[in-house]
Amino acid sequence: MATPRVSAVEHEANLSDPLSGRAPLLLGDRSLHGITKAVCRPVECVPSRAWTLFFVVSVAMMGLYVLTTAYLFYEGIGIWGVNNPVNWGWAISNFVFWVGISHAGTLISAVLYLFRQKWRTSINRFAEAMTIFAVVCALSYPTIHVGRVWLLHWVFPIPNQMGTWPNFRSPLLWDVFAVTIYGLVSFIFWYLGMIPDLATLRDRAKTRARKITYGIFALGWRGSTRHWKHYERAYLLLAALATPLVLSVHSIVSFDFAISQLPGWHTTIFPPYFVAGAVFSGFAMVLTLMVIARWAFKFEHIVTIRHLENMAKVILLTGMIIAYAYGMELFIAWYGQNPYESFSCANRAFGPYAWAYWIMIVCNVIAPQIFWFKRARQNVVVLFVVSILINIGMWFERFVITVTSLHRDFLPSSWGDYSPTFFDVAALVGSFGLFFTLFALFIRYLPMVAMSEVKAGLPEAKPHHGAEGGSREASATGEGA
Amino acid sequence: MAVIFPPWTNRVPPLLALFSLGAVVSGVALVWYYFSPQYTDVGFEPTQPMPFSHKAHAGELGMDCRFCHNTVEQGAHAAIPSTETCMTCHASLSLPQSVPLAAVRMSWEMDKPITWVRVHQLPDYVFFDHRVHFAAGVGCVSCHGRVDEMAVVSQAEPLSMAWCLACHRDATPNLRPFSKITDLTYDPQNAGYDPNQDPKRKRKVEPPLHCSGCHR
Ligand code: HEC
Ligand code: HEC
Ligand code: HEC
Ligand code: HEC
Ligand code: HEC
Repeated sequence: MATPRVSAVEHEANLSDPLSGRAPLLLGDRSLHGITKAVCRPVECVPSRAWTLFFVVSVAMMGLYVLTTAYLFYEGIGIWGVNNPVNWGWAISNFVFWVGISHAGTLISAVLYLFRQKWRTSINRFAEAMTIFAVVCALSYPTIHVGRVWLLHWVFPIPNQMGTWPNFRSPLLWDVFAVTIYGLVSFIFWYLGMIPDLATLRDRAKTRARKITYGIFALGWRGSTRHWKHYERAYLLLAALATPLVLSVHSIVSFDFAISQLPGWHTTIFPPYFVAGAVFSGFAMVLTLMVIARWAFKFEHIVTIRHLENMAKVILLTGMIIAYAYGMELFIAWYGQNPYESFSCANRAFGPYAWAYWIMIVCNVIAPQIFWFKRARQNVVVLFVVSILINIGMWFERFVITVTSLHRDFLPSSWGDYSPTFFDVAALVGSFGLFFTLFALFIRYLPMVAMSEVKAGLPEAKPHHGAEGGSREASATGEGA
Repeated sequence: MAVIFPPWTNRVPPLLALFSLGAVVSGVALVWYYFSPQYTDVGFEPTQPMPFSHKAHAGELGMDCRFCHNTVEQGAHAAIPSTETCMTCHASLSLPQSVPLAAVRMSWEMDKPITWVRVHQLPDYVFFDHRVHFAAGVGCVSCHGRVDEMAVVSQAEPLSMAWCLACHRDATPNLRPFSKITDLTYDPQNAGYDPNQDPKRKRKVEPPLHCSGCHR
């Protein structure tokens, strides 16, 4: 299919102020069939060479992860750089990083859904997929960090020969529940939303194998009114269920740190600060991936500049919250006059890991400021570069929090240093391999954009379509910005 | 739209749900039963190098446990008797010169200990002390069963942590008079023993429940 023709006028209308004129969410070929064709194409065509290359590289990286993990199980977590006093190194940084990434999906799909932000429909499937894959990556870290994986079931309250429960007062246990439930609910949400689209793929399928495979997963969807009624009700309920999870998961992850007594960790600001950071990093990751995907798969008319701009606005907002939190940490350290707290702040900014701290500040606080400018928000290259910077910055944030607090605690006699080993690096690189492998499979076998939801946002879907007079554009679709 | 699936497939999802439920439940039940020390450890009865019988010595001859396991009162560890201990009787008594006894004598003459195979064993990370239990008046039978009826010693209790804790949480029914600790036939319930009324007990027992009590 040719790249959809997008006229300059249309492009302009799409970007105009949403309050003065409700611009359409989509550009170019806006017919129902056109959308279906555009979205189904990557799934139905022969995989391109680029996809194959991407897949092979991702699988190779994932192989690295499998190998390091196998060696880890054989040898123990001593192969990592962790040791007293820094017993949480890269693995925990990576865990928090991936959990954070996963936040955008549920926020986009559930929260924006409840707020009737229709622009979400173009990106929600993608973001939800990212959520699930990020949760998979995140969960892999605590799993292998326990060292003796075969005893992992001890984290669950199962009756056992020890006659003990896991420690219910430990945030690490809350984490197990929070992240597992989050992963499950996100998965159900994602799958439920996909059923109508899977049915579309089934109906378009040419071969018997495809018909059966998509048929099984489409769960007999025929698109009857009854189906839709149940579906919408379930979707709404799940959205309402998932919304509190957006807040709870990262709050609880932050408790892993905040509940402890360590200076630099023991602060009440952590839960909101972590949640904002999670949304921040999650949106940055969606942006990174979306910029590539819409270009590679010619979705520019479905995921328009306006969508990207909206994401940039969310990034700017959450970035400011983060900047405030960073500032507040310093302020409280000074205002509270606790020598340990102020030492820990000074140590972050000027101690042995100061470089990491300043990378974090530059990437997370300074870089997003460019989004105050509309031109920057609408420039794909700027968006891409800044989103990459934020991904880096947010990883470093987790690194700074984890390592700098641990390596200098109350007693100078127990101070130490931390440096990652080859296996730490391999585990991080490998987890990206896992993430991208899952993503490549997703792109290849599932509809990347929620076709049915996008179509429901078209002017034709309005009961009073055309009745209010005016052009198709003016009456149309994009509620909210 | 062409029909892809025949009508019977409608019954698959509920059956699948039922099946997975059954699989999960039976999986849990199987692990619970077959992986527990109650199943894996109780009844462990290794073949010993020679047929020494507690039934004959502790049961029929009525020997006190401490005659052979002489450190059990003082030490953490209950010693296995050396050949010398056996020879106190078997050297002088005109007992039948059977094959097993020849082995005892051989060990004595060659000055080589008999290589008994260990039956009860806790992991290294568990601290256990016989003396404390002895001093608290816990009978051997509570933890080792009716050794005096065993021709070959086998493990009677799971020795799992839950088992230790079950007694530590409520030790009173397992306490007995100090004079009856090695008396395996004595039952404090039948005898109507009340540790609170025993003048020989100077204090209440307080078995540890905190982790570092047993994992030091
Ligand atoms: C004549 C000496 C003798 C007497 C008396 C005796 N034992 Fe033993 N006991 C042994 C020997 C020898 C072994 C090691 C061989 C074996 O396990 O059968 C043993 C083993 C045991 C074991 C198993 C140790 C292991 O490897 O885990 C237990 C439990 C035990 N005795 C308890 C008792 C109790 C309780 C009594 C008192 C009712 C008692 N014994 C009296 C000699 C004796
Ligand atoms: C208090 C004295 C005494 C001590 C100590 C003693 N035994 Fe004996 N043992 C006997 C007597 C008496 C018999 C014969 C019992 C019978 O035939 O019923 C016997 C029988 C045996 C028999 C069975 C012999 C047969 O032919 O059936 C064996 C084996 C044996 N003892 C081994 C040992 C060992 C090993 C030890 C040391 C751990 C030991 N005994 C310590 C008194 C003792
Ligand atoms: C509270 C439970 C308990 C009581 C009461 C108890 N034991 Fe034990 N016994 C154990 C445990 C547990 C072990 C295993 C210890 C280990 O592996 O370190 C053991 C081990 C033994 C062993 C084997 C030691 C070895 O090295 O092979 C003997 C013998 C023994 N007990 C004898 C006795 C005798 C005799 C009494 C009575 C005076 C007694 N026990 C009372 C729990 C008990
Ligand atoms: C049948 C009851 C019973 C069982 C079974 C039992 N204990 Fe005990 N335990 C006691 C009593 C009673 C005390 C003594 C408390 C006191 O002296 O105040 C005690 C005390 C202890 C102590 C305290 C020692 C100290 O120095 O204070 C340890 C450790 C201990 N038990 C470990 C174990 C382990 C390990 C097991 C399981 C293998 C076990 N116990 C099984 C009854 C039991
Ligand atoms: C009464 C003594 C006792 C106390 C108190 C105790 N344990 Fe244990 N624990 C044991 C024994 C005995 C075992 C070994 C059981 C076995 O081998 O089947 C064990 C095993 C364990 C294991 C299994 C280790 C492994 O690698 O399989 C863990 C974990 C454990 N305990 C944790 C705890 C914790 C946490 C606490 C405090 C809440 C605690 N224990 C308190 C006696 C105790």
